[in-house]
Amino acid sequence: MSVFTTNRRGLIKSGAVLGTGLAMPTIFTASSAAAYTNAPTGSGVTLGFNVPQSGAYADEGADELRAYKLAVEHLNGEGDGGMMNTFSSKTLQGNGILGNKVNYVSGDTQTKSDAARASAKSMIEKDGAVMITGGSSSGVAVAVQGLCQEAGVIFMAGLTHSNDTTGKDKKANGFRHFFNGYMSAAALAPVLAEMYGTDRKAYHLTADYTWGWTQQESIAAATEAKGWETVNNVLTPLATQDFSSYVAPVLNSGADILVLNHYGGNMVNSLTAAVQFGLREKQVNGKNFEIVVPLYSRLMARGAGENVKGIFGSTNWHWSLTDAGSQAFVKSFGEKYGFPPSQAAHTVYCQTLLYADAAERAGTFNPCGIAEALEGFDFDGLGNGPTHYRADDHQCFKDVLVVKGKENPTSEFDLLEVVQVTPRAQVEYAPDHPMFAGGDLGKCNPGA
Amino acid sequence: MFGLDKKDTKFLLIVIFLTLATPILLQPFPQGSGLAQFNAGYPDLMQRFAIFGIFAIGFNILFGLTGYLSFGHAAFLGVGSYSTVWMFKLLSMNVLPGLILGIIMSGLFALLIGFISLRRSGIYFSILTLAFAQMSFNLAYSVLTPITNGETGLQVYASDPQYLMNENSLTTTHLFGLVMNKSAKLLVGDWEFTFNIGYYFCAVIAILAFYLSLRIFRSPFGMMLRAVKTNQNRLMYTGINTRPYTLAAFVISGMYAGLAGGLLASMDPLAGAERMQWTASGEIVLMTILGGAGTLMGPILGAGFIKYFENIFSKINDNVLHGWFSWMPDGLEDIIVWLIHPFVGKGWHLTLGMLFMLVVVFLPGGLVEGGSRIKNWIKRDKKPETNDDEHHPKHVAHVAEKEEF
Repeated sequence: MSVFTTNRRGLIKSGAVLGTGLAMPTIFTASSAAAYTNAPTGSGVTLGFNVPQSGAYADEGADELRAYKLAVEHLNGEGDGGMMNTFSSKTLQGNGILGNKVNYVSGDTQTKSDAARASAKSMIEKDGAVMITGGSSSGVAVAVQGLCQEAGVIFMAGLTHSNDTTGKDKKANGFRHFFNGYMSAAALAPVLAEMYGTDRKAYHLTADYTWGWTQQESIAAATEAKGWETVNNVLTPLATQDFSSYVAPVLNSGADILVLNHYGGNMVNSLTAAVQFGLREKQVNGKNFEIVVPLYSRLMARGAGENVKGIFGSTNWHWSLTDAGSQAFVKSFGEKYGFPPSQAAHTVYCQTLLYADAAERAGTFNPCGIAEALEGFDFDGLGNGPTHYRADDHQCFKDVLVVKGKENPTSEFDLLEVVQVTPRAQVEYAPDHPMFAGGDLGKCNPGA
Repeated sequence: MFGLDKKDTKFLLIVIFLTLATPILLQPFPQGSGLAQFNAGYPDLMQRFAIFGIFAIGFNILFGLTGYLSFGHAAFLGVGSYSTVWMFKLLSMNVLPGLILGIIMSGLFALLIGFISLRRSGIYFSILTLAFAQMSFNLAYSVLTPITNGETGLQVYASDPQYLMNENSLTTTHLFGLVMNKSAKLLVGDWEFTFNIGYYFCAVIAILAFYLSLRIFRSPFGMMLRAVKTNQNRLMYTGINTRPYTLAAFVISGMYAGLAGGLLASMDPLAGAERMQWTASGEIVLMTILGGAGTLMGPILGAGFIKYFENIFSKINDNVLHGWFSWMPDGLEDIIVWLIHPFVGKGWHLTLGMLFMLVVVFLPGGLVEGGSRIKNWIKRDKKPETNDDEHHPKHVAHVAEKEEF
């Protein structure tokens, strides 16, 4: 009779040999045979919603997530269908996408590039997401877009307004429905020239990152073309809370306009500081001192309260629009959540429908097929009038709203009034415009 | 073997086994089951385990051995990442030059910061390192934008020079043709195991890093560092200049951090300034203390623990909770979900904080102490007459002369 004894060492040794033996041969074999990353295998398809749930843009993130959930409901045939009924493309039937029920996973970007990429990576690698969407900061959008290009999935950008997203940093797998700094400036400058005259001197305070830089560059160029003079541009760190030291020098600079290239909490704080310094009551060069905020959102207007009254800016979409698409969206969002959606909610809802529709028209979830379906796509009924997804840089072109802080708001949501709907032709630019040059779209990457 | 005694060799072999078998060990639940949520065997997270393990091992050489608590180690991580990405931009996507430059640059950087900061000890040292790290973060965030690309993060573009590349070169990170993000999937029944080249690359480096730290712990140099921790004044009275030893430990640990930063960039070619923020420095301190400062294995456990929470717990949202408890009656289900809600999803920090508190209060030696207590408890059951922990508390936590893992 033989005795079979094991000691710990022997067990570990053989375990190690076994483990490595199991692992080694498989490392070097080719990966799976699917034609593209995360091809759906069962009856469901997974989308990844990567939004800020903490940090400066958490409000926008929460509203985006609400809109995503609504879009998933509508795609799966629940609820009233929202903008699916007004969308000019009629491929979506409420039976999911290509017959696959839509599932989703969500993650927190923390408004940090690193965290956003880690979150997106785990969605792609662990949860098998075939498309990533979201984001409320251009820095994050650019970082995640780069990741999706490498991983071979489609990225549908959320709220990102920097020229770079579809300019210097554009990627073949990335698409943006939201407008950008150049469009804001092109829409806003004529209105400003008309309201405030053509001989103004502007002082810029600019958030010190990709969005701030391109926004400032755009608005300065557009207003200078109308005869304005740019007196100074001061960069402020994104984490700044107290702007009084930046606002104080404005009065002695000889400027009679203050342009705040700030967003979110930054804008709320800098505008409040400027108003507290009494800038709006001042007379400089014989004219009333004025403040301009190029990119507006309702959530920001609520944060700044009384201070936004009469201040001009631009926005991608506003819930008070009366076209059928906007009405349908506001109705189904309002019924579900009890208040109207923000522009961030609107753009991500559109992006989700656009992706689903592109998959239906392409007949596949393959990123290359979807990219082909989206490139040069003309559509209507999503709240912005006739819209065009340009093939050269994957940027949407549509009308831009110039808005003004309402003097007599009737509710806490009714803070902005639309001054002008700037037609699409006025905000269009060539794909090789200097402000967008230097990037390369590359080729679509299906991964795998 | 390997210049180690029998006990340490065994220890090293265990670590090697655990590291290589990670893709299997971290995937204990079959796909599609409700518990698959807790699987952690996907490449990105496994890479993070290995990389932050390296970071923690390096930090432990400084904090565990000399007792100098650096609150600015994330700066070296960032320097390593930026250097590596610049090598990708200038040369090619091969990770080797980047890693080497990352280690060198962070070593130089650590030499500079260490030279100044080590003039003080205790809380003043911590504050000096914190100040330097915050300075580096702010520089990277705004002033040095041409080098770091500011808030957007440094990325590789097709328009970069990349002098060593031609049309046939790989455009993803690789080691002489071994592409880092390639994986092989193995299906065993319902279990799916992912073997990723990038992970194994990190794992091999982590094993080497662990081996090196094991040798340092056991060396006369390591003994000297421990002496610094125990009583630096006494050392100085005996005529020994401790500065070169502490500076060497600081630089070595900075180079470990640079290596970890370089690996992060090799797995995902982007370097963001947030990597250098003070919260990132604090995280590494948490990892080390949670696992057990001064022990060899503790920091690695701590790193794994925190990364697991960050990536797995943070993804449990209300939807998932409702899925788990859907078998309950409606009202009860809502109450249970409402109770758990603050602790998962975006509330993962809360859970982690409470665990950290419990560990610090009840297990001052970290998770490693917990492990050895359990071991002792099992042993005592067999031999009830052995040592009485109550009256002869074991000397724990800061000295790793015993085999503790």
